[in-house]
Amino acid sequence: MNFDFSDDQKQLRDQARKFLAEKCSPKAVRVVLDGKAPYDKELWKGLAEMGFLGVAIPEEFGGAGAGHLELCVIAEEMGRANAPVPFSSTVYLAAEALLIAGSDAQKKKWLPAIASGEAIGTLALFEGKGNPSPKNVKLTAANGVLNGVKKPVADGAIADFAVVAARTGSNGRDGDISLFLVDLKAGGVEVKNLTNLDPTRGQAEITFKDCKAEPLGAAGEGWSILTQVLDRAAVLCAFEQVGGADRALEMGRDYALDRIAFGRQIGSFQAVKHMLADMYVSATLARSNSYYGAWALSTNAAELPEAAAAARISATQAFQHCAKNNIQVHGGMGFTWEFDCHMYYRRANTMALGLGSLSYWEDQLIDRMRKKNAA
Amino acid sequence: MNFDDTPQEAEFRATARAWISANAPKQYEEELRKSSLGRTQLKNANILEVAKAWQKKKADAGWACLHWPKEYGGRGASPIERVIWQQEEGPFGKLSHMFIIGHGMCGPTMMAFAREEHKRKYLPPLASGEKVWCQLFSEPAGGSDVAGLRTRAEKDGDEWVINGQKIWTSGAHYSDYGILLTRTDPTVPKHKGLTMFFLDMKSPGVEVRPIKQASGASDFNEVYFTNVRIPDHQRLGEVGDGWNVSLTTLMNERMSIGAGVSTGFPELFEYCSSLMLDDGPAIEDRAVRSKLANWAVKASGLRYTSMRAISALSKGERPGPENSIGKLVAGSMIQDVATYALDLQGAAGVVSGPEDAEVAGRFQAMLLRAPGTRVEGGTDEIMRNIIAERVLGLPGDIRVDKDVPFNKIPTKGR
Repeated sequence: MNFDFSDDQKQLRDQARKFLAEKCSPKAVRVVLDGKAPYDKELWKGLAEMGFLGVAIPEEFGGAGAGHLELCVIAEEMGRANAPVPFSSTVYLAAEALLIAGSDAQKKKWLPAIASGEAIGTLALFEGKGNPSPKNVKLTAANGVLNGVKKPVADGAIADFAVVAARTGSNGRDGDISLFLVDLKAGGVEVKNLTNLDPTRGQAEITFKDCKAEPLGAAGEGWSILTQVLDRAAVLCAFEQVGGADRALEMGRDYALDRIAFGRQIGSFQAVKHMLADMYVSATLARSNSYYGAWALSTNAAELPEAAAAARISATQAFQHCAKNNIQVHGGMGFTWEFDCHMYYRRANTMALGLGSLSYWEDQLIDRMRKKNAA
Repeated sequence: MNFDDTPQEAEFRATARAWISANAPKQYEEELRKSSLGRTQLKNANILEVAKAWQKKKADAGWACLHWPKEYGGRGASPIERVIWQQEEGPFGKLSHMFIIGHGMCGPTMMAFAREEHKRKYLPPLASGEKVWCQLFSEPAGGSDVAGLRTRAEKDGDEWVINGQKIWTSGAHYSDYGILLTRTDPTVPKHKGLTMFFLDMKSPGVEVRPIKQASGASDFNEVYFTNVRIPDHQRLGEVGDGWNVSLTTLMNERMSIGAGVSTGFPELFEYCSSLMLDDGPAIEDRAVRSKLANWAVKASGLRYTSMRAISALSKGERPGPENSIGKLVAGSMIQDVATYALDLQGAAGVVSGPEDAEVAGRFQAMLLRAPGTRVEGGTDEIMRNIIAERVLGLPGDIRVDKDVPFNKIPTKGR
């Protein structure tokens, strides 16, 4: 058994960590946090040059042709650095949707552009309140054009193209949904920036008005493709969350060692020690669940749906828990704009919702466990 | 990343599987499989006898204490082979329960500190289960604060004379030998005046009194020592070095990997899968599903954490500290799981007799046994201290009694 990343993959992780430590310091993140730029363009370019954007994209489409395990270790570092770039939208959602369902021409058009950093992609799924569900998709597709409103769309204001979920039937079932590919720079869309919890990652409302779109995958297959995309993204996001949780734990630990109160390091008080120990516990559980998700993703195992849901829940909980208690360890300073704690708190709570909420994934997990038991 | 055995591991697994299949007491397999925390008896047999017979059979064929050297009754197997054995032994591994302390703690301590002739004499029958060992550390005045123990050992010629009391001694009532931590010098700070021995539990002056637990069962004992004499050659380590010797024992306890802590989750999931609530199947209820999902990811998180440690063993590396979370997570989880299972039963949850209770009262038994799991082998609070200090590198507690002679430490708060 080797339930661990290989030495090469660990080396890649170290390389990514070093690169991000240099190019994505908290100071750099703050440029986007303070609204001075919509995302870190320099960093995005650098990630492309390092080959990180296309690490899981096959070589024939301009990528490095490594694999999902390599993408997992990079994802962890992106989360640790709280990188203010559209990595998850472009790489986990748009690229994966193309890899699963794209025609050769679609892949040729967009995947090399993703790998080189020229194209930012996203998934336009949500339409206001609610979780991923065919019945929440109201935007319509007919005669090659889309009409409707998507919000929130992660990185929607900076995206060059979007994978859009649209209603093509009215049976009230999965088969009603089809996916479309939309070039957002080609007109037919209105994009409005939405103020959101985590300013280091934009959210937008996109209105489609007779917007030209080409089908992605077969008609009526949209929901089945989306489910696969969301499962893959759940695992990859889990690694970002694990990276973020670890960083938040480290920040809390470091502060507890540094800060003196009542004449001693606050980290010597059991109330603080035990809080940090509990953070370590949730981060460890999340990491282990995510490793299993990585294995299932990289081998395209039948266990992927269950593993993805478990990784998603565990990593969401861990990042929220660590980010929240990191602030608590810092006391009043943790609640200032000046300290970095709130950046992780914002990111943790944003990531907890992006692919569907915790309660949605809890429901999914139990469904999938039942299916496995029945099989 | 894969879950495959190496060729050598696969070969070892096949050999182990074949031997188990031909030799295990299969008539108890189903009952053992269904047993859970607080409920591990066999209906028509004495589990201690079945366990001893299975252990002896394993020892005769070279399958006992796999990681011990052959000359001491083991197999000289690698850590990963030990884990593979545990995986293959499956429910029959539950029969090893009565040997855990002896094999996991007393044996390794003897191996590290006993004289060669003692090792050759005592370790093989310990491995084969013919002799059972217990560990006499905790005292009324020293639980989490083990070094606060008060049992005295005083030198008298070539012997030591023991007086005092131990408590929470698992299995003392069926043990043949024990390792015993005593105070030999009360005039120095508490960690410095301790000395370790091993002794025959049948020695004159040893009295074992079972403790009736909150669950009604009796797994633990009080052990009283009145002028018990132990020859000096049964001392383990130097006089005054007992604390370091005991750390060896405790390290071994925490290093045991792959034993698989029980969380109660498989039992609860199985139960909810068939349970009907007023509004329909429990498994379709939103609230139930949310609870289940939260416990599911804890259980799987522990499972894969343990697999990460096993992978390290497989590569010949030392596992990281992540395995230290197992008992802490599982202990309170199984308590919560049992509480929730009863909640789902409504008023009927109060009935605990196996004949009348829901699913033979397994969750009631679990509930009553669960508080002990959060205390034994290091309380939740001690486990958190260990994680905070050894894993995260936070400072140790400020110890007001650290440099005070033991006999000057206050014994009452008011």
